[in-house]
Amino acid sequence: MTQLEELVRQSEVKPATPPSPPPDEDIDDIPLYAARRKIYPQSVHGTFRRIRWAVLLVTLGIYYFLPFVRWDRGPNAPSQAVLIDFPNRRFYFFFIELWPQEIYYLTGLLVLAAIGLFLMNALAGRVWCGYLCPQTVWTDLYMAIERFTEGDRREHMKREAAKWTLETYARKGAKHFLWLMVAWWTGGAWVLYFADAPTLVKELATGEAPFVAYAWIGILTVTTYALAGHLREQVCLYMCPWPRIQAALTDEYALNVTYRYDRGEPRMSAKKAEQAKAHGEPAGDCVDCLQCVHVCPTGIDIRQGSQLGCIQCGLCIDACNNIMAKLGRPRNLIAYDTDLNIKARQEGRKPSYNLVRPRTLLYAAIIAIAGGIMLYTLATRGSEGISVIHDRNPMFVRLSDGSLRNGYTIRIVNKQLKSRDFIVAVDGLPSSLVDFVGLPPRADGRQLVSVGPDQTKEVRILVTDYNETAPAASTTVLFSLIDADTGAVAQVRDHFFGPERR
Amino acid sequence: MAEEHKHVDALTGTATTGHEWDGLRELNTPLPRWWLWLFYLTIVWAIGYWIVYPAWPLISNSTQGLFGYHSRNAVVEDLNALHAQRGPMMAKLAAVSTAEILADPQLLDFARAQGRVAFADNCAPCHGAGGGGAKGYPNLNDDDWLWGGKIGDIEQTIRFGARAGSDKGRQGNMPPFTGVLKPAEISNVADYVRSLSGLTTEPGADLAAGKKVFADNCAVCHGDNAKGNRELGSANLTDRIWLYGSDKATIVEGIEKGHGGVMPNWEGRLSEPVIKSLAVYVYSFGGGEK
Repeated sequence: MTQLEELVRQSEVKPATPPSPPPDEDIDDIPLYAARRKIYPQSVHGTFRRIRWAVLLVTLGIYYFLPFVRWDRGPNAPSQAVLIDFPNRRFYFFFIELWPQEIYYLTGLLVLAAIGLFLMNALAGRVWCGYLCPQTVWTDLYMAIERFTEGDRREHMKREAAKWTLETYARKGAKHFLWLMVAWWTGGAWVLYFADAPTLVKELATGEAPFVAYAWIGILTVTTYALAGHLREQVCLYMCPWPRIQAALTDEYALNVTYRYDRGEPRMSAKKAEQAKAHGEPAGDCVDCLQCVHVCPTGIDIRQGSQLGCIQCGLCIDACNNIMAKLGRPRNLIAYDTDLNIKARQEGRKPSYNLVRPRTLLYAAIIAIAGGIMLYTLATRGSEGISVIHDRNPMFVRLSDGSLRNGYTIRIVNKQLKSRDFIVAVDGLPSSLVDFVGLPPRADGRQLVSVGPDQTKEVRILVTDYNETAPAASTTVLFSLIDADTGAVAQVRDHFFGPERR
Repeated sequence: MAEEHKHVDALTGTATTGHEWDGLRELNTPLPRWWLWLFYLTIVWAIGYWIVYPAWPLISNSTQGLFGYHSRNAVVEDLNALHAQRGPMMAKLAAVSTAEILADPQLLDFARAQGRVAFADNCAPCHGAGGGGAKGYPNLNDDDWLWGGKIGDIEQTIRFGARAGSDKGRQGNMPPFTGVLKPAEISNVADYVRSLSGLTTEPGADLAAGKKVFADNCAVCHGDNAKGNRELGSANLTDRIWLYGSDKATIVEGIEKGHGGVMPNWEGRLSEPVIKSLAVYVYSFGGGEK
């Protein structure tokens, strides 16, 4: 056996209980389309449940209330902390204001989000799916409402199986009403990010809000109600691309919610286990109580190993730990672990946890570098800018006395929330005169360009070189934008063209 | 078919579709049924589309649909909305003079924006996209004007054109001198004209004779100092700008055959605000005179 084959053999992980193929007679009856199996997730208490409650409260709290947070920016800007102002093309985030041309910060955020997702995945599998994904968070809330109105798993199933009474209908009606309220509020909060929240709330209540606001509330009400209330795990199983991508990105060291079959198998009831042990036969810790399956929001059996349907929320860990505690057996029969460690334990080796490894270090480094670049550019960006477009036709103009003239359209950006006066200087020509079209000089003779608060101004300027020896070919010229009060400078290079081609 | 289905994948416990490609088999994982229902829903949606929108071709027309939608009508509505939006500014442009437009920054911005589009639609074919001109078509950016560069002059030239048949248009042209002047005279006067703007002359050219020919034949329009006459649209021959070119052959050809380029008259073809916008736009190219 070669070394490579040995490595491959070692890394192979075999499930302790290979799933039994369906009997032959059933195979031909596999339908083209599968009917949905309804899931009644059972409530559970424990560490991971508490983590999920905390994440739910924090994330939904931020989502629903953030638009109401105020942030004073002075008279020339909105006072909403987080605002996507489409009509004025601005994005406000507390002390940060972004213009559309700074969209690259969004690219940076997307890079951070993607690598952050990869890092989570390399450390502990589908952390995103289990705790942070909006689909998960809202579904979790909707399931809590379902348990509140229709009762926990057993009660819910029992009532649904029995003849439906008025109470059944009342409970179901209450559930759907609460679901729709949450969905409606979800859509309502969404639109508040795009307009002044208190004003819009008032307008919505009095029917004066723009149609598009009501339309978006309607759309998000429908999607939230359908996705979190009805489609739930179907989104993860059939619609979402991340489980597929995640499966290709993961490696053998990533911690996953794992059933430790080395300890659990062979599974049998507590009573049988005692008998087996008395006879010196092996008996696992799993008592096949199915609690891990009953609490699962996607309805899978974690004991079949890591699988696409598992969002790794950890609720089965809580469920199993509760049972183990009652039986007086050690906790963590299901835990965040790796298949490699299970194999190591089976072979009497020590399990190892490899959280710091080249992959995680690389992801962390990319996050640090990308985040660092973003922070640096954000901290050092200027609040003024100039861009220049040289006339395309004509490239230059010969005047009657022989001098040359070039025309430019310049756009001056003032990102400060107050009006500012700018000087525009053009350097690089032997002797030049700059004419600002339609912009007379001030009374004191200074040629200033005034730009309003948080605005841009387009100015057409004509640069004439009077020198008899004016450069015949293209010459580089430097446009400097200087704040007349503070002296802050922004510069850009362009060209002055003459009749000769280089 | 039944036989083919009998293979079950050992690892997943899922049946396969029965097909095999070089040992690879495809798991037969059924789609969810709601997916199928969504498909049917899209079909129903499509039928709804047929009913409310124009859909089915008929012999000379098509089904009209309950919404009465028509893409041409939609364009007309959009255009009407646009015109309604521009209406007040257009009315202002029509009411004031071009000089008043130049004095009002808000009107000036609007007029220049509109002029840019109108120029591209109507003027660019001859004068170039930025008014850079071409041989025989004046450059509108420079400070050399045949008929005057004040805002009123430019407006009148646009309005009534040059040699385009309008009574109020610019008249006067450069007559052909073939038969009037001898070839040697034409050659001499061409050299003389080149010398006026400092261009080199041919060795052996008789500039004195050329000057005499000029005084006898050309000065009546171009002036004794050859600086041109805007009343007649005669060119300034002493500057560095040449409408047709400054080489001797071109000048000789111009003297022999004459010049009489036509600028169309735009009154009646373009609306009043558009003509004013064009004048203001051309004026702001940089050559406009006070």
